Amino acid sequence: MEPITVHTGKSVALMRNDVDTDQIIPKQFLKNILKTGFGIHLFYDWRYLKNGRPNPDFILNQPTSKGATILVTGNNFGCGSSREHAAWALKDWGFKVIIAGGYSDIFYMNCTKNGLLPIVLPQTARDILAKATPEETITIDLVHQRVKYANHEFTFEINPTWKDKFLKGTDDIDLTMTYEDQITAFEAKMPVFD
Amino acid sequence: MAQTMYDKIWNKHVISGKAGEPQLIYVDLHLVHEVTSPQAFEGLWENNRKVRRPDRTFATMDHNVPTEDIFNVKDVISRKQMDTLRKNCTDFGVRLAAIGEEQQVIIHAIGPQLGLTQPGEVIVCGDSHTSTHGAFGSIAFGIGTSEVEHVFATQTIWQAKPKTMGIHVHGDFQKGVYAKDLVMALIAQNGVDFGTGYAIEFYGNTIENMSMDERMTLCNMVIEGGAKSGIIRPDQTTFDYVTGREYAPKDMAAAKAYWQQFYTDDESAFDDRMDFDVSSLAPYVSWGTNPGMAVPIDQPFPEPKDINDQKAYDYEGLKPAQKPEEIDIGFVFIGSCTNGRLSDLKIAANILKGRHINPKITALVVPASRAIREEAERRGYDKIFKDAGCEWREPGCSACLGMNPDQVPAGVHCASTSNRNFVGRQGVGSMTHLASPAMVATAAIYGHFVDIRKQTVTA
Repeated sequence: MEPITVHTGKSVALMRNDVDTDQIIPKQFLKNILKTGFGIHLFYDWRYLKNGRPNPDFILNQPTSKGATILVTGNNFGCGSSREHAAWALKDWGFKVIIAGGYSDIFYMNCTKNGLLPIVLPQTARDILAKATPEETITIDLVHQRVKYANHEFTFEINPTWKDKFLKGTDDIDLTMTYEDQITAFEAKMPVFD
Repeated sequence: MAQTMYDKIWNKHVISGKAGEPQLIYVDLHLVHEVTSPQAFEGLWENNRKVRRPDRTFATMDHNVPTEDIFNVKDVISRKQMDTLRKNCTDFGVRLAAIGEEQQVIIHAIGPQLGLTQPGEVIVCGDSHTSTHGAFGSIAFGIGTSEVEHVFATQTIWQAKPKTMGIHVHGDFQKGVYAKDLVMALIAQNGVDFGTGYAIEFYGNTIENMSMDERMTLCNMVIEGGAKSGIIRPDQTTFDYVTGREYAPKDMAAAKAYWQQFYTDDESAFDDRMDFDVSSLAPYVSWGTNPGMAVPIDQPFPEPKDINDQKAYDYEGLKPAQKPEEIDIGFVFIGSCTNGRLSDLKIAANILKGRHINPKITALVVPASRAIREEAERRGYDKIFKDAGCEWREPGCSACLGMNPDQVPAGVHCASTSNRNFVGRQGVGSMTHLASPAMVATAAIYGHFVDIRKQTVTA
């Protein structure tokens, strides 16, 4: 996993609440058995018209959104289905950071596994960030837990364990493998009812 | 200090880490299906890792399986996803209930059916409706594919313990009102994120009087309120359900003695509390595009309070102040991990017995498992459904999410016993209206929802 310490990038704002993972990546694209290739189907039903052409009104289809790496959005982002394909699709499109009012628990964990930094900021801060123009950038300083835009600066909370994972880009399984002795000892003490 | 049941089970599973921080916890049972597992198995291959405990892992095929002609998987990509699971299970020694086999089920039916789901366990699956298993007094939650790979390799998972919310449910349901209505009411009244960051424990006389099937329906849908898990204290109803199943403990007396330690000391242990009286609860019907957009059958749809509500009305072709009776139903789906169990089929069959569905309606009845299907056939429910004009199908997830050919056509309103009414969930342009099996079966007859409390024929 690629580490994140400080990230500066262009943003797009999609200020809707309760965006569910069925909308982020619809079911017909879950049959892929790889982790890549989901980006072109991101927000499929909003992004494409019935005839399959891109919907020119949707924010991601506007030429100014090209190259954006930060998604500013509403409350309860990523609710519903556990599909990690939603995180893969956002990552595959090019997003590295999401700034929302909150996340579903499973989606949040999926982000931590894929180097997609989920930041929580209140509505007032997000309303300001949503005004960023395509010429402007937002900077996320994970080390100091700050989001900077123009002359604004917001601090955010993040669990220290997940923060450390993002900073180092560690592989969880390698880390857990170092607990092998403790896992084996735990298994030896488990109750058996046979 | 007073502890919740969730705390007690959690603490028994901690391998490393301090309270208040993410902890490494042991997983007793890992359930696997074809959609969220291929990338996890691929990760094992790439890193030359094994499945640490194949004996604690169980897989089935459910999301993609056709329910009409089950061995004829026409969709090439669906077939590839199922073939991939079969190969992975063979290579890694994981038990698989494959398509058409005796034990093939929706993943959340397999654990309870085989006695794998037991009180006091930690159960995970790459599927958000894993919360279902909390009905047995276990900690059960959905995980992503990276976490599936982690559990394969280590039989553990890093998790921060959620806060706990105690919901005291009391009173007796009116005739025609069920656990499904209770959970839909909780979500409609408190919002689709009221449970985010929480595990919800349900308790009180209403819960004690519920069957295991009803408890599973309740815990299944807590995820639609944002909660990670639902949990219910194991009692005699739980023990009786588990007893005698294939993987149930052989020494039930010892198991029961162990399980009985899992209860919440007192209500002060919860981070939050709520109270719900079901005695005046009406059947619920969803009108919009998330499970919180729902009303009691006798109430009008609300004025839009935000852009999401307005978009939902536009999508559904409905207007504020209309009532659920006015939705023109063209499709009916009875099934899913929420309401595809034997008792659900029994309720629907009792309503449809000797009657016929409205001719404009296509109705699919899809049991959650092959065992449920066979038992329903022994009881003659299949004949009742077929005589009523319904299609009696093979088990699977089916039209709950339409990853298989069972999809609701665009522009058609579907009365559905499933759990999600998101835009396009049951098929592109489809419009889902969630309700209980009794409400859905009755809607199949009338072509629209009716208040089943006023019906003479009920389950």
